Amino acid sequence: MTDLANDQSFVKFDRVQKSYDGEVLVVKDLNLSLPKGEFLTMLGPSGSGKTTCLMMLAGFETATHGEILLDGSPINNIPPHKRGIGMVFQNYALFPHMTVGENLSFPLEVRGMDKSVREEKIKRALDMVQMGDFINRRPAQLSGGQQQRIALSRALVFEPELVLMDEPLGALDKQLREQLQFEITRLAHDLGITTVYVTHDQTEALTMSDRVAVFEDGRIQQLAPPDKLYEEPENSFVAQFIGENNTLEGVVTAIKDNNLCEIKLDDGEIIDANAVNVSKVGERSRVSIRPERVEMNKDRLQPGAHTLKAEVMEFIYMGDMFRTRLRVAGKDDFVVKTRNAPDQQRLEPGTQIDIGWLPEDCRALDA
Amino acid sequence: MSETSASDEILTTADGKPLKEALAKAQFFAKRRAFILVLPLLAFILLTFVMPIGQMLHRSVKNEGFTVHTDVTTGVRTPIMTELSIWFDQNPSGTVPDEAAYTALRNDIGALDELRSAGSAGTRINYLRAGSRSLFTKAARKWDKMEAPYQDAFYDLDDEWADATLWAAMRQASSSYTFDFYLAAMDYTRDGDGSVTKVNENRQVYIKLFVRTLFLSLLITFMTFILAYPIAHLLATLPLRHSNILMILVLLPFWTSLLVRTTSWMVLLQSQGVVNDAMVGVGILADESRLQMMYNQTGTVIAMTHILLPFMVLPLYSVMRPINPSYVRAARSLGATSWTAFRRIYFPQTVPGIGAGALLVFILAVGYYITPALVGGADGQLISNLIAFHMQKSLNWSLAAALASLLLGGILLLYWLYDRLVGIDNLKLG
Repeated sequence: MTDLANDQSFVKFDRVQKSYDGEVLVVKDLNLSLPKGEFLTMLGPSGSGKTTCLMMLAGFETATHGEILLDGSPINNIPPHKRGIGMVFQNYALFPHMTVGENLSFPLEVRGMDKSVREEKIKRALDMVQMGDFINRRPAQLSGGQQQRIALSRALVFEPELVLMDEPLGALDKQLREQLQFEITRLAHDLGITTVYVTHDQTEALTMSDRVAVFEDGRIQQLAPPDKLYEEPENSFVAQFIGENNTLEGVVTAIKDNNLCEIKLDDGEIIDANAVNVSKVGERSRVSIRPERVEMNKDRLQPGAHTLKAEVMEFIYMGDMFRTRLRVAGKDDFVVKTRNAPDQQRLEPGTQIDIGWLPEDCRALDA
Repeated sequence: MSETSASDEILTTADGKPLKEALAKAQFFAKRRAFILVLPLLAFILLTFVMPIGQMLHRSVKNEGFTVHTDVTTGVRTPIMTELSIWFDQNPSGTVPDEAAYTALRNDIGALDELRSAGSAGTRINYLRAGSRSLFTKAARKWDKMEAPYQDAFYDLDDEWADATLWAAMRQASSSYTFDFYLAAMDYTRDGDGSVTKVNENRQVYIKLFVRTLFLSLLITFMTFILAYPIAHLLATLPLRHSNILMILVLLPFWTSLLVRTTSWMVLLQSQGVVNDAMVGVGILADESRLQMMYNQTGTVIAMTHILLPFMVLPLYSVMRPINPSYVRAARSLGATSWTAFRRIYFPQTVPGIGAGALLVFILAVGYYITPALVGGADGQLISNLIAFHMQKSLNWSLAAALASLLLGGILLLYWLYDRLVGIDNLKLG
């Protein structure tokens, strides 16, 4: 794993701002630092500023304010071709008029390497992605997955220390995407490259990264390892954006110890929750509970669990999971996910049930 | 046994008909309807494109000026110069005309006079040998007063009747079909004994004009390429909102009359024109040394470059538009300077557009007529102006047709070369 304790940051965004038109800030006061060898994902909806950050790092956009440091030295005024950063694009960007071999040879040629050195490096880079037999093909003769493999090996062939990937798997089908997710992480870790990966696919972010930076509105909303991001979202945007989430709205009525608080939901029901983003009584809050943390079987409820009345609205069979939509506290978009186990009952719409969860699994966030 | 093996080989439909037959039947009506829909276009192309070109090619090898007289009002066709034609058949080329030849000539000219077509027959000979027409008109006035021996009678009329080149010309013209117009179009002629020679140096115009046409067309093509490439790139990379305005500016000349555009260039370029006035006004030029930019090749090149520019911009634009900016970005991130990225990544992807634009501009330029006619002066005339001259002024349609056919052949040759070098399927017009 990555050595997070190493505070010698390899890539550093220092108070970076970016505006295209002088009126709107696309990136607002970005501070981010990556240690060497880390796989960091920038995750966010489109227009959140993540791609702009990547383009600034690559050198295709200049920061309006602030400094970007690479290995300790500012790179704001260094043109892209001198940064030595490998880059993978969503549309692969393989040069259509060159063969696979010529594509890989290109970065080595512009660096003035000898033919024999080039050939050896190309062979090694292609073998790395199991595409050694395709050296004489043209990009148009390859499938999307194969093209992206070639693009990946082209970005790595000149042995950069930092690789940027801009939604590289966005155009591929699900199965291929999962396979390549695994391959990219393996390669990045094996070669010890620092990787900045941009995606809007949260599953991708969670499965691949050492840390994920969630972008929204030009700011990093949360920067954390995947498990922490999913289980301990710091605000309601992150809770909503990462994974499936149930939201109940209410007002804080009491702050308790153990970091708990009491919340009166809008329909009058009172629940306990983990006080994450609330500080005083009377504040409005959105309470977030993950669908798989909700228990519908009374017998399995753990001691101390809070229970609520619920009515089944819809039952969806998903194979490995059951997804049950409930009306809870006046809202009918409350979702519960249960494993397809032999003893798990399939609930008919209209059934009245009791549901419950542990107060610790329930997080009171900003409204 | 044979039935089963047959059904093994031929795929059949559910009720046993051969599949191919069933398919053809199913598609018959659709195909027929499609054909009926394109029929008007087909007829139009045949009538307005294929037939005129065929006629032109035919006319370039056929001229009946010295063989058949067609009455303008009745359309009656009467063979002329029949006796002389028989004499030519009996005597090989280069034979010195004897009394029999002059007798035949006298009788034929008599026939011409009765048809009142001595002038047109003389014109036909005039194409081959300048100054011959008057011989015929004169002879037609005097033929009935001639007395044998006719050889001397003709000599008395005019010494030139003894000239071998005149007889060679008549021999050539006595057959309706001839390649002589092609010879003339390439500055060749036949001398007295019928062998092919170059024409007199100061009368060699056509080859010089062909060469000039090719050179100017290439120059114009190159200039449009130099000007159009950055514009097309700008159009392709600007946001759509801005590029639309620029596109309108590019297309604006298309919506203006060709004549208006050409005359506006005349206003700009003439020696008392806007450009010269401005340069004199600023002090770059002295008043007495105004630049001569009109009525010469400079004028032709400037005006035609402007007029043909959109034909280069549009194919380039259509090729550049879909080129994703990430190609150049990828090249840059891989370590290429912006020049290398352009040269090795961007430029090669635009070659099909360059080819299409260049071919289009070149072919249009080679056949351009109105602009060189207006601003070209004597120096900036192209071959098309000469073709027009032969059609309208000298009325030597066969020569005009031969020149046009050579031009057509030349373009087809270039087209073939382009196909061999670049590949016609690489052509992209948008």
